[in-house]
Amino acid sequence: MTIRRYLRLLPVVPSVLLLLFFLLAPVAWSFYASFTDAALSGRAARDPHWVGLDNYVRMFSDDAFPLAAWLTVVFVAASAVLGQNVLGLLIALLMTHSRKAVSSWVGTAVVAAWVLPEIVAAFAAYAYFNRDGTLNQMLAFFGGQGLDWLYTFPLVAIILANTWRGTAFSMLVYRAALADVPHDISEAALMDGAHGWQRLAFITLPMIRSSIATNLMLITLQTLAVFTLIWVMTAGGPANASTTLPVLAYQEAFKFGDIGYGTAVASVLILLGVVFGAVYVRLLRDQRP
Amino acid sequence: MRFATVLPVVAALLAAAACSSTPPTAANKTLKIVYQKSDSFTALDAVMQDAKKEFEAANSSVTVNLEPIQANDDDYGTKLALAQRSPDTAPDVFYEDTFKVRSDVDAGYLLKLDSYLQKWDDWSTFNEAAKAAGRADDGGIYAVPVGTDTRAIWYNKAVLKKAGISVPWQPKTWEDILSTARAIKASDPTVIPFNMYAGKGTGEGTVMQSFYELLYGTDSTLYDEKEKKWVVGSQGFTDSLAFLKTLYDEKLAASPAEALDANVWKKVFGEWFPQGKLAATVEGSYSPSFWQKGGPYEWAGYEQDMGVAMFPTRNGQEPGGVSMSGGWTLAVGAKSKNAELAFKFLTTALNKKNALAFDINNSQIAVRTDVASESSYLAANPFVKDVSELVKVTHYRPATADYPRISTAVQVATESVITGKQSPEDAAAEYDATVRKLVGDDKVLER
Repeated sequence: MTIRRYLRLLPVVPSVLLLLFFLLAPVAWSFYASFTDAALSGRAARDPHWVGLDNYVRMFSDDAFPLAAWLTVVFVAASAVLGQNVLGLLIALLMTHSRKAVSSWVGTAVVAAWVLPEIVAAFAAYAYFNRDGTLNQMLAFFGGQGLDWLYTFPLVAIILANTWRGTAFSMLVYRAALADVPHDISEAALMDGAHGWQRLAFITLPMIRSSIATNLMLITLQTLAVFTLIWVMTAGGPANASTTLPVLAYQEAFKFGDIGYGTAVASVLILLGVVFGAVYVRLLRDQRP
Repeated sequence: MRFATVLPVVAALLAAAACSSTPPTAANKTLKIVYQKSDSFTALDAVMQDAKKEFEAANSSVTVNLEPIQANDDDYGTKLALAQRSPDTAPDVFYEDTFKVRSDVDAGYLLKLDSYLQKWDDWSTFNEAAKAAGRADDGGIYAVPVGTDTRAIWYNKAVLKKAGISVPWQPKTWEDILSTARAIKASDPTVIPFNMYAGKGTGEGTVMQSFYELLYGTDSTLYDEKEKKWVVGSQGFTDSLAFLKTLYDEKLAASPAEALDANVWKKVFGEWFPQGKLAATVEGSYSPSFWQKGGPYEWAGYEQDMGVAMFPTRNGQEPGGVSMSGGWTLAVGAKSKNAELAFKFLTTALNKKNALAFDINNSQIAVRTDVASESSYLAANPFVKDVSELVKVTHYRPATADYPRISTAVQVATESVITGKQSPEDAAAEYDATVRKLVGDDKVLER
């Protein structure tokens, strides 16, 4: 009996092992390294020491960290929660009400940014916001005076770029969710005299609530981890004005060779992801009776 | 639920299987050679290709695997260090920046070469200062230099003449630089009069080709070699930052946005100088390698148009000028399984013929005396003599294990100043605090 039970579990063993080795092990190692002074070079590279909470203490006395944590929250809130999410929902709503040709054109245009590899999208955004870039050339064409966007408003440019790149995902999620909203309910509401926005607020949104929560969770976690886009566009500069936590972790670990401190920053990032995740899971759960 | 008790056993078995690696076959030995290569730096790659042919012809049972890393200096250092962390990926011979030697020796990445060097006749042709570049804190030699460099002011004679400044130009003080730069700006506002790197974007270039030329001309220093302590609170440090602030505030240098672009040096060499948009900058003795035939920014007119001057001390005090030297080395990995062969490859790559080719193609200052006296080396470009003479006033970075992080702290200070985030005084104070945090209070010297 018991043998058969084990045999039945056998097929999951590879995937569990893979998960352990490739997902949990690096995370565990990263947590462990954050309590050491591990480095890329110097004596600490040969013989790292346990330094307890030193890296975490240093983090809060270091000006760069609170700034990076704040920028990360702003970046996620503005480009994922507001930008991608709201814009995605709006486009999806408009598409359900527009002609097929228009909606497929819009859909293709939005998805185009999403299918680009991150590095390509990053270079495209760089070419757009650059001092001699497309945006300024267009402004010049209309007689406007261009700015050095990546230098003057680095975070704004990155938020716009990430919104541009990620909106398609939200749009697709909401397109699918809206298609599932039964027509007769909206029609009944229409018969009762509900206005457009009333139907949206009281009928449509509550009905797609679980899709909203799922979408928010996925895009939040994705945006928390955005690195390439920022690295290519501004490399975290100028003077740390666009250094989010992933950029800070990379700089500390690989540019300055301070693996211990870098992994401590990465650990905070993981915790931040867990907190966001927990909130959204909570939202999802409340939905079901 | 008993699944949970089985899992660790399976995991342990798997881990054990992963650890027992098979020994390498002894019959055909391979050497792994790691070095830097980029669009603008192919001189070393050419030398390595030649050395591989030469070495394999002489040692038929050995295969040389060349593994160039495509990266800038910063990323190259990171990738190399990551490879060195495990014996499976560690190279046998690698290209190593002189200022990382001590730090990487501490990390246990480099093999001590003393006993090998004793048996290598050519070692006596290396000049003494160059030999010291590969010496670690224990007095042993761990790396062999491939060339060295100096820094000077490179200026475009045509641009200066247009502004009514007589050439050859040799500023005697910082004030001379500023007044000339202002004159150039006044005569043609579209020209960048005197660029100096700043910020983290240009990395080590910011300190080597800009900040240290200032700092070491103020009678201050970064590190006290005698006391083995880092200097903080010096007036010279603040004054150097203030000089950069003046350059950037008065728009005598590139715009801060351009300066923070990691690729600004490509504009300096590839666009601004050849197009006459830049009057002068502080750059390395290797500058002609970008412009000479076969270089990444070929410019036939550079020999006539460009001039070179010594960077002055602040008030023209002795010795009259400042330069910085660095350079790169070849080293053998401490974890190499074929150390004897690896060293033999190193000597092939750095024999007279290959060293000469590298020094000429990369505009390096020769470290082998037999190469330095070679007529083809002296004729390689019209600036060899001038930049070689700067060795007399040159400084070397304190290549301690802490150095890379201190260097970053200096870069941060320059960035804060040119972007207007901090005053020179505040940026210097923050630098002092960072240094104290990095090395500890007992390793700093208030001055």
